[in-house]
Amino acid sequence: MAIDFHKYANPTRFLRLASAVFPWVTGAAVLLLVTGLYMGLFVAPEDYQQGETVRIMFVHVPAAWMGMSVYTMMAVSAAAGLIWKHPVADLSAKAAAPIGACFTLLALVTGALWGQPMWGTYWVWDARLTSMLILLFLYLGYMALWGSFDDHSKAARAAAILVLVGAINIPVIKFSVDWWNTLHQPASVATLDGPKIHGSILTPLLVMGAAYMMLFLSVFIIRVKAEIMDRRLQIMKISQLQE
Amino acid sequence: MTRKKRRLYTLLAGMGVLGVAAALVLYSFEDSLVFFHSPSDLAEKPVPAGRSFRLGGLVEEGSVEKDGVIIRFRVTDLAESVPVTYRGLVPDLFREGQGVVAEGKLDENGLFVASNVLAKHDENYMPPEVAESLRDAGHWQPEGSN
Repeated sequence: MAIDFHKYANPTRFLRLASAVFPWVTGAAVLLLVTGLYMGLFVAPEDYQQGETVRIMFVHVPAAWMGMSVYTMMAVSAAAGLIWKHPVADLSAKAAAPIGACFTLLALVTGALWGQPMWGTYWVWDARLTSMLILLFLYLGYMALWGSFDDHSKAARAAAILVLVGAINIPVIKFSVDWWNTLHQPASVATLDGPKIHGSILTPLLVMGAAYMMLFLSVFIIRVKAEIMDRRLQIMKISQLQE
Repeated sequence: MTRKKRRLYTLLAGMGVLGVAAALVLYSFEDSLVFFHSPSDLAEKPVPAGRSFRLGGLVEEGSVEKDGVIIRFRVTDLAESVPVTYRGLVPDLFREGQGVVAEGKLDENGLFVASNVLAKHDENYMPPEVAESLRDAGHWQPEGSN
């Protein structure tokens, strides 16, 4: 085992690491985002059937990946918070939630804008679209739950349980297009017999995926830092009141 | 240590039970979770005339007939096929050989009267030149190449 993750459950150590990687992650996010958007919007060829509309995919597909990945990461954090009571675990899930919600919303909106010209409708209640909408509601419910408790540890527990119960939805989203017939197309990139997207269209897609990942990490670090500071402030206030 | 272990196992057991429950629910609701029925589904389990449902499959090659605003075609899954009639505009991706989902009802003669027609896109993405060369090499018949 190369990295001992439990070590980074210590907030001070976590903050030190986060501050060290922050400029790199942010720089990479800007660079990859500019490259990915340029490649996607200007370099990539149009699709043989969709024409220029295919370019929506470069914003849509990685956003959907991030919506699901961020949720998965929150579920792992929440489990770590429940089992090992790591102080950073719950805060990291809390900090990630609004970012994941934004990616999910972006995927839903861009998907609708693609659906209108291609399918002939903005929205249908098929299994993929519906499970993705449920994901957005899970994010919103999670954030609302944090806001509805005064006691930090109670809020953390309740929110963690909600995230874990909702985690069932993640495999449902991924496999919805295989288990049931849907209007949404099946997987194009993560398939057993390789991607079904031509290299000239696949490359900008993967660059955008990496860009979103770096963007997430950058915003995530800012938010976790703020959460840790906020938590310290609360504890200081409480101890002052007790004196 | 034992407490952490116990919490870990409780959590794993809880997730396991939840997973099984979710699987059972999804499995039992399968009929309402599918977005459309294929012509083969229809042959197996006929839907009575006048009940709304969605019919999905490929637009059969050579079956599209346009008559003003009325369009007639057959939806096939390469085993069975159903005739469809629709009055209105079809989406850009509506082509022969391309995936389609039609919403509507069967009439007494087994003709599907669609109230809405959606095009279904497949999972293949490529530039036009690549589609062209694949077709020329005879490796792959692009859908809707006409």
